[in-house]
Parts: sequence; C-alpha cells; structure tokens
Amino acid sequence: MHPGPVIDWFPLWLSLRVAAISTALALVIGLWLAWTLANRTFRGKEVLDAAVTLPLVLPPTVLGYYLLVLLGRTSPIGELYQFLFGGPLVFTWQAAVVASLFHSTPLLVKSARAAFESVDRSYERAARNLGATELRLFWRVTLPLVRRSILAATALAFARSLGDFGVTLMIAGNIPGRTQTVSIAIYDAVEGDNGAAARVMVLIVSALALAILTLANRLTSNPFGPRQTAL
Amino acid sequence: MIQARIRKQYAAMPDSAGFSLDLEFAAASGVTVLFGSSGAGKTLTLDSIAGFVRPDEGRILLDDQILFDGAAGVHLAPRSRQCGYVFQNYALFPHMTLRQNLEFAAERAPRLGRHRKVTEMLEKFHITEVAGRHPYQLSGGQKQRCSIARALIGAPRVLLLDEPGRGLDAPLRAEFYAVLRQVRQDFGTPMLLVTHDTEECFALADEMIVLRDGRAVQSGSPRKVFEQPANVDVARLLGLYNLLPVEIRSLDPGRNASRLRFQDFELAGPYFPGRLIGDQVWLFVRPDQLSAAPRNGRPAFNQIPATLLRTVEKPERLRLEFSGDIAVEVPASSENYSGVKEWVVEFPSRDLRIL
Repeated sequence: MHPGPVIDWFPLWLSLRVAAISTALALVIGLWLAWTLANRTFRGKEVLDAAVTLPLVLPPTVLGYYLLVLLGRTSPIGELYQFLFGGPLVFTWQAAVVASLFHSTPLLVKSARAAFESVDRSYERAARNLGATELRLFWRVTLPLVRRSILAATALAFARSLGDFGVTLMIAGNIPGRTQTVSIAIYDAVEGDNGAAARVMVLIVSALALAILTLANRLTSNPFGPRQTAL
Repeated sequence: MIQARIRKQYAAMPDSAGFSLDLEFAAASGVTVLFGSSGAGKTLTLDSIAGFVRPDEGRILLDDQILFDGAAGVHLAPRSRQCGYVFQNYALFPHMTLRQNLEFAAERAPRLGRHRKVTEMLEKFHITEVAGRHPYQLSGGQKQRCSIARALIGAPRVLLLDEPGRGLDAPLRAEFYAVLRQVRQDFGTPMLLVTHDTEECFALADEMIVLRDGRAVQSGSPRKVFEQPANVDVARLLGLYNLLPVEIRSLDPGRNASRLRFQDFELAGPYFPGRLIGDQVWLFVRPDQLSAAPRNGRPAFNQIPATLLRTVEKPERLRLEFSGDIAVEVPASSENYSGVKEWVVEFPSRDLRIL
C-alpha cells in the first residue's frame, strides 16, 4: 500500500479566507465605484474607469511592485498601518487580501457598471417621481434589479481572488503556514517534486472554480420571468 | 392649475440636429393634451415639469408652488414636486408585485392609512385579483391601470401622461379612455397628456395645445382647433384635410362669393374677409366633404377632373386618393368603381375654407 501524499491544508484554507474577505471588501468598494461611474458625470470619469481596470491588464509583477512601493514599511500608508495595527502590512496574510482585492475589484466594477447602466432609466425616474430618496431608490429599485448580475460578478471576483499568484507572491511572500496561498503552494509542490500534493490541490481548485462559474452562469439567466431576460 | 414657461436649448451635434423648446402655456382642471408629431418637444415638456430635465430658463408654477424658476435658481427635486407621472412603458418595477408597486408609492402617506389606501386603489382600478402578480404576468390594460393607480396614490396635484394610448389595440384604447374619464370624475386631478394621435386627442381633451418644433402654435378646445387650424402647419399636423394651393381670382362680399384658381381650374367659394385678389393661399376641406363620380363628359360646376391613384379601405369609409393630392372619403357601402381611372371631384362651395 502506498502512503497517501502528505498534504498541508493550510494554504487552501488561507486562500478561501483571503478570497472571502477580499470579495466582501471588493463588493463594497466595487459597487460604490460602479454606481458612481454609471450615474455621475464628472471630469476624468473615463480616466478613473481606465485606472480601475488597469490591474486586469498590467503584469502582476508591475502591480506588485507598485503595491510594494505604496504599502512598504517606509511608505506613508505602510507607516500608518503599522501605527494602527502594530505591525507591518507587507508579507502578512492581510497583504494577500490587498493583493486579491486589486485583482478582483476591477472585474466587479466592470460588470456592476454595465449592470447599473442597463437599468431602464424610467424605473429610476418613476422611483424619484414617487417620492423616493436616492438611497431608497438604490436599495429598493436599482440594486434588486441588478441583483443577479451583481451576484454573478461577485462569484467571479471570488474565483479570481482564489487564483491570484504574482501579486500575492510579491507583497505577501511565500511563508509556509503564514502567507502561502494555494496557488503558491502548488508552485512550491511542483518545484519540490511533491507531484501528488500538487495534483490534489490542482483538482480541488479546478473543481471549486468550475462550481463557481456554473453558479455565476445560472445567476445571469432568467431574472424576473421569461420576458425580461435583458435585465 | 399649472403655469409653465420653459426654454431649453440643445446644441446641434454631429449626429443630431439642434433643438430648442420655447413654450408658454397654462393648464387648468380637466385634460389638457399636448399634441404634436414626434420630436415636437412634448415629452421634454412633461420631463421639465416632473423635474427630470432642467430647463435653461423659465418658470414652472403648480398651484401656488414654484417648481422651477430659472432666474431665482429654483429647481425642485422630482420627489418633491407632487406630479404623478404615467410613463410610456408604464415603468412598473418588475421585481415587485402590483401591490408592492402601489405600496412603494404610498410610503409617503402616513403609515396608518397606507394599507387601506393601497387596497382602495387596487379596487378602484379593478386590479385586486391580480395584485399578487408581477408586471410581466399582466395584460397591457392591467399594467396601464396599475401605473395610473400608482401615480395617483400619493395624491399628486397634476397627472402627467406620456403617450399612454400608444401600443394599445382598439378595445384596450376604449377601456383606457373610460378609465381616464373616471379618473377625471373621481379624483379631479388636472391631467396633462401627450399624444400624436388625433383620435385620442378628440376622445379625451378639454383643451389642446398644438406643438411644432418646440413651439406652441395653437391652443383651444379640440373642436375649435379642428374647425379652424391656425395655419397650414397645424392643418397638416392634424392630418385630416385636403390642403390645396390656390390663388384668389375674385372676391364679392355682396354675394358672399369668391373664385379660386387651382391648377388650371376655377372653383367657386364663399367670400373670404381680409383677403386680397391675387393672394396665394391654402384651401382646406375635409375628405368627407368632397364627392366624386366617374367622369362623364365635361366637368360640371365646381368639379375638377382627377385621376384615381388608389383606393384605401377604412372600417366605415372608402378613401379615394386622386392625382393633385386630393382625397375623397365616401361611405363604405358606395358602389365600387375601382376599375374607373378618370373621375371628377366636386367641391361644395359653402364648405371651402382657406388658410
């Protein structure tokens, strides 16, 4: 009988935790940004949109470099973090959250902006006309109308943050048991000739991603009955 | 009572011509129809009153409240205007049931009376049985009644309706007219209704304002406007007349007579006060005031020879379209002469009017 591969489950658990926290943060930031981009007119709006999208196209190393400069121990933000939480941000699992945040927020903003813009203006006009405040309009009309698209985008963002490698490596590092996420652990396992462990983790991550994408696809179809699929 | 003076300018863009709205009107109780073809500025006017669009200049007064005043910089938010709005597509919230749609609108009312109010409205508009359904599960008529009920539940001081009859088939239209008359009777809310449909205008309007290219070109009761359009543009817009370019050849006030030249023919008409011999004017006459017969020898008095181009079947009438832009409508039961090409059209000299 072969002994089973020795697998450290910590990286998977850490990845799930990082992805969950960063998705929650991305949801708040992304919805606000997307709503602003969809509803407000201001100078430099499209520049802001492009800047938000930048992490999707920049090489992870470039993004990681920027973040290192921005959040490093000697940077103002890094010092502020250290002052508030008593330790540096870089090379901690919290830095991994920041890394995946930068990877998942653009996806959310893109889909959420498109969703907000797809809402027929007459619904918003009707709500205002019926005496709704902007806040009530958002919670009771706009958000429910785009709920499915937002959930689908959130699922995608979660899947995306699960898979981050480059940026995480650059600002959170590869410290087993502390900052080693599953994608980095797989790299390590392959490098360290632990093929069996790598295979198991690869399969788990793939299955998880497939499940999330299936869920996202289901969410984007059939809102509010058969006649209004365009919403 | 709504009093509005609205000025709004849209600069010409590479892909669209410029447009300017410059309008002044007042609408009291009853139904006032803003009538005009698409692009005349009708919806823009409603949107300015509702506060969705901010005019460049002017003043909008609803009863004693200023909704907009360009000079003073007043521009109330749509939610503070108390204008009910019935949207062209109804804009019922698709994720809410009918009852929830009404409840959403009733949230400004005191909490205690809200439920009763919603129930009352559902009953009044005969939608109680379908109150639990979502908009996509409803017929066009139900959706429309719901959107009117929703607009009225907050007791607005004016009801704005944007082409509400559009896309409804004949029986639904009749039902919709009945609903609006009921609303006028039961609620007494003044209504401002936008349409380009002459039938709708006649069926509903107490007063009508004819819009063309962002200007009010005529106003008055529909009967008055249709009897005497202010100018040839209005007459064209109403789409109900033969409009023929003629020249006045003689005028005889003593015998209440005139002679008009149309192409190579002369027509006898009544005396036209305030006109001069030689004036180029438009003769307008309704198609059902003319009569036509197959040509048989020389045209008689006040007859013009014309070639039949096509016949159009209408529910109760047959429309004969002739060369020279002349249309004649006869009862549908009339004999069918569709094989005949050459006709004479007879003009009743008493009914001839000019613009």
